[in-house]
Amino acid sequence: MLEGLTWLSCYMTTGKHLTAYWSFVTVLVLLAITAPTALVFGFGGAVAARSRIAPLRWFGKGYIAVVRGVPDIAFFLFFVIALDQAFEWMRHKALCPDWTDPIRQGNDFVVCQAAKLPLSSSPQWVHEVYGFALAVLTFAIVFGAFAANVLFGAMRAVPKGQIETAEAYGMTPRQTFWRVLVPQMWVYALPGLSNLWMVLIKATPLLFLLGVEDIVYWARELGGIKTSRFTDYPHGDWRLWYFLALLVFYLAFTKLSEVVLARWTKKLSHGQATLGEMA
Amino acid sequence: MKKLILTTAAIALAAGAAFADGHAKTVRMGTEGAYPPYNFLDDNGEVAGFERELGDELCARAELTCEWVTNEWDSIIPNLVSGNYDTIIAGMSITAERDEVIDFTQNYTQPDPSAYLAASADVVPGEGPIAAQTNTIQAAFIADKGWALIEFATPEETIAAVKNGEADAVLADASYLAPIAADDPDLVMLDQKELIGGGVGMGLRESDGELKTKFDAAIQSMKDDGTLNALIAKWEVGEQF
Repeated sequence: MLEGLTWLSCYMTTGKHLTAYWSFVTVLVLLAITAPTALVFGFGGAVAARSRIAPLRWFGKGYIAVVRGVPDIAFFLFFVIALDQAFEWMRHKALCPDWTDPIRQGNDFVVCQAAKLPLSSSPQWVHEVYGFALAVLTFAIVFGAFAANVLFGAMRAVPKGQIETAEAYGMTPRQTFWRVLVPQMWVYALPGLSNLWMVLIKATPLLFLLGVEDIVYWARELGGIKTSRFTDYPHGDWRLWYFLALLVFYLAFTKLSEVVLARWTKKLSHGQATLGEMA
Repeated sequence: MKKLILTTAAIALAAGAAFADGHAKTVRMGTEGAYPPYNFLDDNGEVAGFERELGDELCARAELTCEWVTNEWDSIIPNLVSGNYDTIIAGMSITAERDEVIDFTQNYTQPDPSAYLAASADVVPGEGPIAAQTNTIQAAFIADKGWALIEFATPEETIAAVKNGEADAVLADASYLAPIAADDPDLVMLDQKELIGGGVGMGLRESDGELKTKFDAAIQSMKDDGTLNALIAKWEVGEQF
């Protein structure tokens, strides 16, 4: 029997705990990729929503309205499965043209082995990378819709006089957009975008629905009651301690985000007629 | 580095696509990894337990290459029918409702009586709220009785609900509750048992008849030579065959 610190140091370095520490990296990498991707989706959505071409405008407005209206959990449960099936269906059509069996058999979705994504023979890490990529895409679509709404509003908040002046100088609509509107809209978008970022940080437990094991999953798994029959390190319900550790992590992370966002606000409002510098 | 991983993944996918059907088919075994002694994650984070040993032996006998995957209980059936893995081997009791959506192999455990774990021996089931995991035979049983039911996504939380007084007792497979009752002096198993469920079997897609035949034959051969009984005795998952 090990005692005290020795026990703890052995316990904290089991293979299971090492995997859990890696999940922090997974979450950080996910955020680092998702945030810019969602911003791109959002920018595209906002531009589409204020387009003068009607179908593009309908698409932009439809995207914002539909995705914002669907509950996240439903989106993550069903949309991802549908997306995965859509990819496999396309590969199936391309790779197995001779296949005669129906793809939908009752409840089952059956494509040929070569169309599987990833292939069932690929090692587990390929499956994990694929799940991760699906997660990034889904997060980007969901958060992109919210970002689109924020940016749409921000674009309208830029003082009209600025646009009119640009036009008076003879700038084309394209030049007005890129040289006057876009540089000035960020300061109006930042409060909304920073909200989204904070929500995104805390939305990562949804990852487990996609088969990606995030930090909250591991806190629950590691903190749960462990009986002496199934582990060398039996303990009671320790979820409180694990969740406290998560709390510290999230607080530190959001604090850091706030500091960075405050700096950006200051920088972006430089030379603008807003009160951002005082915030 | 990340770029490297993604590129490698892309190459692996592209290269894999070149193989024709039937080449090196890997059977992906889906489990929950949170229901000892059936399946759980060991100290190394690997799937372990009765079903791990059983599954590995079945795959060896059926001459299949198998790979273990964990999935949340709530979405374990949708992900099977969608083809993300090929079997469910997760202590899942064979029931008529599930059989409408997926297929089951023959049972590899005897019907395990469900037991109540409570904070005191005086608890009478039905008088107060009972905890159970969502989408289980136990949750359906309590709902049928018309008792107050509190559902949780994981088995872990059902135990926590009894410990913090939210529920009077938890109803689950006796083999899951026994080790917990043995370790925790504050919890007792009630004498009352409920005989529900038709034993545990492996879940497969209804269109996957060939795989079902293979696993059925492998389970039968393990029943015949007594190795299944030895596993059941080792992991204490109910009566032997």
